[in-house]
Amino acid sequence: MELLAPAGSLPAVKAALEHGADAIYIGLKDDTNARHFAGLNFNQDKIKQAANLIQQQHKHLHVAINTFAHPGQHKRWQYAVDQAVDIGAKALIIADIALLDYAANRYPNAELHLSVQASATSAPAIEFYRNNFGVKRVVLPRVLSMHQVKQLSRTTDVELEVFAYGSLCIMAEGRCYLSSYMTGESPNTTGACSPAKYVEWQEQGDILESRLNNVVIDRYSPDENAGYPTLCKGRFQVADNTYHAIEEPTSLNTLELLPELKQCNIKAVKIEGRQRSPAYIAQVTKVWRQALDAVNQTNYQVEQAWQQSLANLSEGKQTTLGALHKSWQ
Amino acid sequence: MQFSLGAIQYYWPKDQVEAFYQQAATSQAEHIYLGETVCSKRRELKMKDWLKLAQELTQAGKQVVISTMALLEAPSEISVLKRYCDNGDFIIEANDISAVQILSQQQLPFVCGQSINIYNASSLNYMRKLGMMRWVVPVELGHDWLQQLKQDYINQFGDIDFDIELMAYGHLPLAFSARCFTARSEDRAKDDCSLCCIKYPEGRETLSQDGQVLFVLNGIQTQSGKCSNLINDLPNMHGLIDIIRISPQIEGTFEVLNQFVQQQQNPTKHQLTQLQTNGYWHNIAGMLAQQ
Repeated sequence: MELLAPAGSLPAVKAALEHGADAIYIGLKDDTNARHFAGLNFNQDKIKQAANLIQQQHKHLHVAINTFAHPGQHKRWQYAVDQAVDIGAKALIIADIALLDYAANRYPNAELHLSVQASATSAPAIEFYRNNFGVKRVVLPRVLSMHQVKQLSRTTDVELEVFAYGSLCIMAEGRCYLSSYMTGESPNTTGACSPAKYVEWQEQGDILESRLNNVVIDRYSPDENAGYPTLCKGRFQVADNTYHAIEEPTSLNTLELLPELKQCNIKAVKIEGRQRSPAYIAQVTKVWRQALDAVNQTNYQVEQAWQQSLANLSEGKQTTLGALHKSWQ
Repeated sequence: MQFSLGAIQYYWPKDQVEAFYQQAATSQAEHIYLGETVCSKRRELKMKDWLKLAQELTQAGKQVVISTMALLEAPSEISVLKRYCDNGDFIIEANDISAVQILSQQQLPFVCGQSINIYNASSLNYMRKLGMMRWVVPVELGHDWLQQLKQDYINQFGDIDFDIELMAYGHLPLAFSARCFTARSEDRAKDDCSLCCIKYPEGRETLSQDGQVLFVLNGIQTQSGKCSNLINDLPNMHGLIDIIRISPQIEGTFEVLNQFVQQQQNPTKHQLTQLQTNGYWHNIAGMLAQQ
């Protein structure tokens, strides 16, 4: 199993390499990828430097071009593919049918990975992308149970990649418009969910209130940790109850499922978080490197120190198996 | 422009569904979509019941499309999807790429549903080549996006030889999850949901802590809290949209349909309520309304 780490800057690339990533995925400094945040990602010059660093160490570079091309602007998305091929990326991570078609025709030898944003959750969906565009790998959305992942792996020989750790997107990725409903900007259209420019914090007496585009996402009393107002992780009111109606602030952590993931031939485990700091990426990559090395030996056991280390880095300091574990659903 | 009734998004008792379609049979909608699109556990109507309704509505002069699930996870759900695709009589609305795969392999025409990610002319043309005969616009695309997309299509691929349909009234389907939010709202696990959706024929309203209506929870689907209403925008849809979709609500659907038909013949300004929105169409946040 390959350890695929995120990076949003050159220091993050270095941190991932230093701590044992087999491959690193990055995006260009524009809205062609789904982590289009200010101060993040790689311009033309930086992406070449990243490619050099990664290739010098004989590791793999994946480039995410996983938003959907806007009308009248398809050349910009195509140019992103051209650039990625030009710097020798091992794989292109794409969601848009138009762009998959372009990449498959223009660069028949390019390795195409189907982005999670394409939301392929079934055998025929995977078959669609393989038949039409020769997709070699599919990144599975975080909506499948472990049992369903196993069933899928039995029915396809397309490589499967799963999210192993990081922020938990609980909707079928690429098919969630909650962010554009609230702000006008969504992962599909602008490469951002709950964009920071819409975030406001207000203190009202003892209470700290987070808002997104003037909508109250949560209110925190002094003894609570306030989290980033990702709109699906707020406390809302349904009938008489105020609670995390959609999801709690929590991170995905699949360390304990590693043997099962290995057994069903998962090709790569992916760490979420291109927006994270180099220090975060260093720590997470380090833990997962140790876990992956351990899973290749008998008697794999999740070490307490790994869990502790990851819990400290997690949203709301808690982790979950998410949809992989049936009871979460 | 023609009018359609989208598939019922909620879980209604069987007699309520049948009563609804009795009214639909004599309504002004030319196109009727039938079937379960949200959760495979909702089985008040079985496949044979849906097909029977489809036949009756066809006999009443309606163009019927069978709509299919948006989020497919289990192999059993794919088996059901295949059986619908093999029905032999009715066109299928594909709400997931799985259905496009199954239908295009059999060279069957299909409607490309709104939860398939088509954002540009090349993707749309790809679907056209695979057999798409109608395209339902994804919910987050507005007037300007659509206009530019159509222009691109004409420039690159020539005439548009398929229909374009837009959901112009109803709670917008915004997201699908593995988790059932209705079960969660009752503190139940999904596996032990007791099909509690049936108690909420309009879903469960979800408010912010200061009382703003945000979402409607409908099983694994999250909908817009506000009801999209593009009635005032009908005049600027001419030449862009061929079919106007009304999404069924438990009350008032046919009154709304009549208002839309009326609006087409004789446009008048309608005041949107506080709980209605048209933001996406006007290229602003979906929850906002431009009066």
